[in-house]
Amino acid sequence: MRYIFKTDYDQDIRLFKHGGQKFWYGVLGIVLAAAPWLFSEYQLAQLSLIAIYGIVGLGLMVLTGFTGLVSIGHAAFLGVGAYAEAILAARGWPFPVSFAVAVALSAITGVVVGLPALRVRGIYLAIATLAFGFILEEIITRWESLTGGNSGLAVAQPAAFGWKLETAPQFYYLCTLLAIVATLAVLNLLRTPTGRAFVAIRDSEISAQSMGISLAAYKTLSFAISAGLTGLAGALYAHKLRFLSPDQFTVLQSVELLMMVFVGGIGSIHGAFLGAAFLIALPQAISALAPHLPASLGSATGLQPTVFGLILIGFILFEPMGMFGWWFKARTYLQLFPFYRRGMFRRQKSFQKSDRLR
Amino acid sequence: MSVPLLEIRDLSVQFGGVRAVSRISFDVQPGEVFTLIGPNGAGKTTVFNLISRIYRPTSGTIRFAGRDVLDLQPHCIAALGIARTFQNIELFEQATVLQNLLIGQHTHRCTTLLDEILFLPAARAAERAFRERVERVVDLLDLQHYRDSHVAGLPYGVRKVVELGRALAVGPKLLLLDEPSSGLNVEETDDMAFWIQDIQRDLGVTVLMVEHDMSLVSRVSDRVLAMNQGEVLAQGTPDEVRAHPAVIEAYLGTPGVHA
Repeated sequence: MRYIFKTDYDQDIRLFKHGGQKFWYGVLGIVLAAAPWLFSEYQLAQLSLIAIYGIVGLGLMVLTGFTGLVSIGHAAFLGVGAYAEAILAARGWPFPVSFAVAVALSAITGVVVGLPALRVRGIYLAIATLAFGFILEEIITRWESLTGGNSGLAVAQPAAFGWKLETAPQFYYLCTLLAIVATLAVLNLLRTPTGRAFVAIRDSEISAQSMGISLAAYKTLSFAISAGLTGLAGALYAHKLRFLSPDQFTVLQSVELLMMVFVGGIGSIHGAFLGAAFLIALPQAISALAPHLPASLGSATGLQPTVFGLILIGFILFEPMGMFGWWFKARTYLQLFPFYRRGMFRRQKSFQKSDRLR
Repeated sequence: MSVPLLEIRDLSVQFGGVRAVSRISFDVQPGEVFTLIGPNGAGKTTVFNLISRIYRPTSGTIRFAGRDVLDLQPHCIAALGIARTFQNIELFEQATVLQNLLIGQHTHRCTTLLDEILFLPAARAAERAFRERVERVVDLLDLQHYRDSHVAGLPYGVRKVVELGRALAVGPKLLLLDEPSSGLNVEETDDMAFWIQDIQRDLGVTVLMVEHDMSLVSRVSDRVLAMNQGEVLAQGTPDEVRAHPAVIEAYLGTPGVHA
């Protein structure tokens, strides 16, 4: 068991709490940097996708995991980012600029969607974002002059100032770098007043308000940051797909994204990336397994959604902390060995929570 | 007497046909412990919710340090220097004790969003300053042992203290305590009484509290106001109020009517 002897407030402020963390994240960094030499081009493409979905996961984590606002419309923000990037890239904008515009545009959309969040909460907010998802999908389909409608829109490769990101490793580095930057930004936010205000709103709006936190301002901010991150992922996603059409940004996609953060582990940064890895790996696992299943089951059209659904239900019932929870428990087990108790993470019902002031 | 810190005049609030608080007036002087007592449903907590702007009064005024509180948004009350606790504990359950206390420092935020996202030196300096002030509260309330524990796993008595700590972390001029001793055992109530006295004497914070435990009330209060059904019954020193016929009647009923 590791005891950290604290002698300085900075020990609680810094990101790496002890040498072990520095070592393991260093190893991760080296593996990520060396990935083009370690993995095949296909695997590299999958890693890029994990980074992209990881950024979406971060965005959803800020909103749902830390501020407690559920959104079933996040594919729409992904769409705003993707289409903004595609359209600007086609006009020859350098990618750092067009990425920034895509992020800003998504964030503004986020603010607009966030406005109902000031009035409705819980399931009603989820429905409002769902409606927004439908509306945006429809706008993308109908605004043919800009988006190409159902016939789709080809996306140019990212280029800036005569320099082009053509190869898979180059694109992989771009995705990974942005994922790391986004992660650091969110981590920084979480150790400052803004991040704590989000958590406060999630856990008790009434006392957050009494502590001087403006619910309206911080909920809107949370929506903006979340949508901005998702827009960034969208811009990368556009280049990854090379071709955009409205059916990539449906409500089903939104649900998948939400599932990703729940399976990964709601309320943890690790969860965003674990969930992303899961979301990318699962379809491949299913297609690898399908030939071994009875034909009637293996070739059934609804196989993938069914498996997704079952897994989500399983997680919510048995492991609400998601994949991060597995890892966390395994770590605790090893740290405390042999003193780990089974009931250590059992959830307790709280009887004191009052709903009177809502 | 000096200029009152909190001045409440003719305060009324009506929920549909129910007059929860009707034409209440009282002053809280700087540096005193002022207690509201009364049977259940008397409107004590409603008065608190009116001061912290969770409810909007039907009529009347609330002035704090000469300022009209009713002009302000609910989240601006803390910045004015009014912090509160809740009857049923409203802590941030999934956060650690330290984070809860740091959230109490929110009104002292002085960094911009950019400072925070990039964690510029300004953000780091602010974090250190928050921590230093929070540590003083930790020290006062003996919370060292629980600093890094999640609130969700803490016993009730400790949560009650954490909530007091969070309110103190705001750095208030006026502290609203809603039943600080409810659910506490004798020893914990004793500690609470000492802390309330410390807060008043050493920190110079004015305390307005709602409390049922009369021994605690008598021990710490300078003045007491008794309420029943939204109206003021009596006001004065703890002993005066306890001996007041209207108060005895509200708690025990009218003598002679039992058949």
